[in-house]
Amino acid sequence: MHKLSPLPIVVAAAIGACSQTPQSVTTRAPAAKAVTAAAGSGNPLLGLPHVPIPADNPQTPAKIALGDKLFHDKRFSIDGTVACSNCHDDGKAFTDNLPVSVGHHGLTGTRNAPTVINAAFYQSQFWDGREPNLESQSKQPFVNPVEGGLPNHETILHIVRNDPDYRTAFNAVFQVAGDNLNMEHVAKAIASFERSIVAGDSPFDLYYFKGERTALTESQQRGFNVFLSEGRCVSCHLIEQDQALFTDSRFHNIGVGINAVQQDVPRLASAFLAAKAQGGDVDQMVLTDKKSSELGRFAVTDHISEIGAFKTPTLRNIALTAPYMHDGSLKTLKEVVMHYNNGGVTPAGAIPNAHLSGGIRPLNLSDAQIDDLVAFLESLTSAQYAKLEPATVQPGDNHE
Amino acid sequence: MSNIDRSRRNFLKTGGALALGSTLPIGLVELAFAEPAQNFSFAYISDAHIQHIKGNRFVRNWDMGLKRAVAEVNLLTPKPDFVMFGGDLAQLGSKPELDHGAEMLSALQLPVKYVMGEHDYYLDLGAYWEQLFGPQYYSFEHKGVHFIVLNSIRTYDDWTYHRWPSAEQRMLEMASLDNPNGSPFMVGDEQRVWLKADLAKVDKTTPIVVFSHSPLQKIYKGWNFWTEDAEQIQALLKPFKKVSVIYGHVHQIQYNQIGNISFNSVMATAWPWPYPASYAQAEQYLPKLTVPMNRADPFFERDATGWQFINVGSGNVDLNFTLYDNRDRVVRFDTLKKQPQDRDYQAESARIDPQRHY
Repeated sequence: MHKLSPLPIVVAAAIGACSQTPQSVTTRAPAAKAVTAAAGSGNPLLGLPHVPIPADNPQTPAKIALGDKLFHDKRFSIDGTVACSNCHDDGKAFTDNLPVSVGHHGLTGTRNAPTVINAAFYQSQFWDGREPNLESQSKQPFVNPVEGGLPNHETILHIVRNDPDYRTAFNAVFQVAGDNLNMEHVAKAIASFERSIVAGDSPFDLYYFKGERTALTESQQRGFNVFLSEGRCVSCHLIEQDQALFTDSRFHNIGVGINAVQQDVPRLASAFLAAKAQGGDVDQMVLTDKKSSELGRFAVTDHISEIGAFKTPTLRNIALTAPYMHDGSLKTLKEVVMHYNNGGVTPAGAIPNAHLSGGIRPLNLSDAQIDDLVAFLESLTSAQYAKLEPATVQPGDNHE
Repeated sequence: MSNIDRSRRNFLKTGGALALGSTLPIGLVELAFAEPAQNFSFAYISDAHIQHIKGNRFVRNWDMGLKRAVAEVNLLTPKPDFVMFGGDLAQLGSKPELDHGAEMLSALQLPVKYVMGEHDYYLDLGAYWEQLFGPQYYSFEHKGVHFIVLNSIRTYDDWTYHRWPSAEQRMLEMASLDNPNGSPFMVGDEQRVWLKADLAKVDKTTPIVVFSHSPLQKIYKGWNFWTEDAEQIQALLKPFKKVSVIYGHVHQIQYNQIGNISFNSVMATAWPWPYPASYAQAEQYLPKLTVPMNRADPFFERDATGWQFINVGSGNVDLNFTLYDNRDRVVRFDTLKKQPQDRDYQAESARIDPQRHY
């Protein structure tokens, strides 16, 4: 169920806290790229809350290492070419920089691969939140028809039960072997690895939580104020007084994807419900049918007020994870900001979809404000990923 | 997942009218009809306040609220038998506003019936509205229920006809809250005579549902959550076994029981209002059953607005409120207590923080 978002007092306090700073900055701020590339505070969790660890899956170094190995194992797919790391590439900030991901035999799905970085903090997984945690999420892609393509998990279990390295590792971590080693163990190890991929300590964190007033450029500081005020960004991409996840873990129709199928929504919605009532699998339906995919959160809850709604993604490391939105349809951060500035439509002047979330409305930001806001978003790159180049988008096979 | 979600899902999946597993627990539905197939539902959209700015511009937020309600009603399965629009389609009663609102409502793929609101009325006393939507008060039968639509927002002739230099001024005065120049709403002599004659033809056991814009009870005078001749209307309705009054105007969830009459409000698509409990300086009789609306989140423009699916299968009214960015609410007629009851919030201990301070 929805959580109420933090009350505006939080935002007011945030504005108050930083409003003293621009006047006190007397030295000339360095260029944005130089700042982004600077070393962080040495505390990779600066600006983040404690990582939530489930009681039944505590973190251990051995389990994380096992999960790492599983995460990169291409044998867990029908043609032996697809590992988790194909779409969540360590070298690309755990994304693939494609509009939509490529599965076995070059097949493509309908949704953009979200980064694994800080996925540990999400209150639900996948763009439509259809799984509650990383343990349940990590089992799905192997058996998705356009991702791993396996008919079931037996292939994976056969490998982990017989491969000597895995036998040793699973025995050490979970004290299981043979038929007692099941998919829950595999999922727990992968989830543990994913939960270890957390990163704060961005220039923004140094600026805001550590008080280093030169950590952001003047443009980024102005952009931060736009983020808090006229840009209305902070309402969904939350910043709290002692930490910032840049997500409200809620679902919003922001006018992406659904706009292209809005005339078709009554037919799609009723056909989807009928298929689901007859036992259709949501995971398969949303990744294999582009139009049904656009129904978003509705596909999970059947709730008509959530048509076209998708989870608010974190903005941390956003400069590295282009292209953007659940369908990868916006190539640059500037395009994203323009989309919001247009009031939930791209191109400007298009008709907003009828199910658009309240709160999405034209912003009337100036060109300078848009540039500042983009500069601010670029300040959210964690020190440990700062060496990666900002993402450039590669063309997808069936991208619309 | 809450019970509300589960019931909604069942509702959406259910093919037949009130088949088992429909939106309401069958145990609470006291069937008024011999044939369950006679049961039905209708949707209710209200208080759109479509506001013309100039040229071809209208207030975007209000437009989006109505468009969204229309689109969602069109998705309901099984389909409601009809849609009521509960008044205040326009903000200042102008032709552009009424035309624009009518155009958006024309996208509904169901029959629509209309209630007059004060924002539709006080510019030309309903002349253009009548051209678009028909008479200001009327009745109709539907599957064993007698429905009555009243124009409850009229007032004294002196105020209406003699006090203002222009129709625009009259409209603006009536559109203001806490305005000492305003005047209380009433149904008036003419309609009460008509209502008495209309009810004379109806069997006393027939369920009666009255649609009005103002509450037909006295809640808060400063904001005209009030109908001056409410007691006289209630007296006319008293002989009937099952009577429900459904009203708009208040932009929040209210419910009450006065004798045999259940009162339920419907939500607005335009904006929410908090319950004016703090305005104690004006005369008020807050229904003791009323639970304040959840606090609205000012960022989410649709928060604390919504529309509702209404089931009168029992002859009483059960409402399922769809509230954007907020928990859905269910107000159902409790057949044991013989009054409407908010399913989640009837007990003080069950209320959430935003309902305690707002």
